[in-house]
Amino acid sequence: MSSRGSTLVRDVALVCLADGLVGLSFGATAVAGGLPWWVPVAMSLLVFAGGSQIAAVGVVLAGGSAFAAVAAGAVLNTRLFPYGLAVADVVRPAQGSRSAGDDAGNGGAAGASRAAGAAGTAGAGPAIRRWLIRLLGAQVITDESVAFALRQTDPARRRVAFWACGLSLFGAWNVAVLLGVLAGSMVRNTNAFGLDATFPAVLIALALPALAELRTRVSAGTGAVVAVALTPVLPAGLPVLAALAGLATGWRPRRRTTNDPTPSPADRRRGNRAPSIDPITGER
Amino acid sequence: MPLLAIVALAAITYAFRIVGPLCRDRVTLPPAATLLFADAAAVLLIALAATSALMNGHDFAGWARPAGVLVAGLLAARRAPFPVVVLAAACVTALLRLAGVA
Repeated sequence: MSSRGSTLVRDVALVCLADGLVGLSFGATAVAGGLPWWVPVAMSLLVFAGGSQIAAVGVVLAGGSAFAAVAAGAVLNTRLFPYGLAVADVVRPAQGSRSAGDDAGNGGAAGASRAAGAAGTAGAGPAIRRWLIRLLGAQVITDESVAFALRQTDPARRRVAFWACGLSLFGAWNVAVLLGVLAGSMVRNTNAFGLDATFPAVLIALALPALAELRTRVSAGTGAVVAVALTPVLPAGLPVLAALAGLATGWRPRRRTTNDPTPSPADRRRGNRAPSIDPITGER
Repeated sequence: MPLLAIVALAAITYAFRIVGPLCRDRVTLPPAATLLFADAAAVLLIALAATSALMNGHDFAGWARPAGVLVAGLLAARRAPFPVVVLAAACVTALLRLAGVA
């Protein structure tokens, strides 16, 4: 029990550290690219979805329109919809009298205790408080918090894992972006530190767990070739959206087999509405 | 990037997040739609990674950046920890530039 708790604290800390580095480079790159300081800061607070923030800022820094930036970010974030379905039970305040605080106590994480306490007492609280918790919980649905929740089988532990990861990450991400903004406005040439290479590296690391299927790899490979080939000729932002045409190459073979009533094991695994591989640690 | 664009992206993003917790009992997503969402996200991420690794505006970005990204990608594929992947990308690219590679 306590070892599980300390494992959770260690894993959450590791994820916060990793995403903190990303946030640092996001803030620094955005400001160094010429955007005002409040753009990365406001995005991190309001959007709070690293991949789409990096994508949107990347499109704008490449000279793309705000519309293309929002479109790219929005398409990336469609995955939050199935995530929300997958963790709906832990985003909602706990029903009944069972307190999740017992589980969090051994964990020792401030975030975990706070979150579990809030979720646990909400069962008896007024309806408006339950709503606020649900609305707040939705904002901290991320790849990481969903992956943490789904690694647990016990409902109370799922709740603690989700809230501990979600709230800690929200804090770490926003602090890191702020520090990155400060660093980016002080350092003249961030390219000398290779910061521009961290954007694509992060995107690849985020996408890798989803590339387990050949179908997805074919789609992504085709899309990447299309996007790079169109970059010299199309206005910035559009080539990345054009890459979605790559979906057709990967999906055509599958449509032919849709009459097959039995989904493949891989389809069933991925059909559980959530990442089957932890996006940070790579653990299954 | 205007504030309106940030607010729009935030609103769209939050809408995707809140639908599940609000109407889990009423919404069931066909498995094909789930797969399509996941694939679309992967395609966008990889396309964006490729263009931002190779291109600077409309032109080739030079070798230092894609080299750093390649090393990071290989590390990520070998399940290296996330911080290692990010630092490797920056260090390889910075060192190559220090050595005179554009």
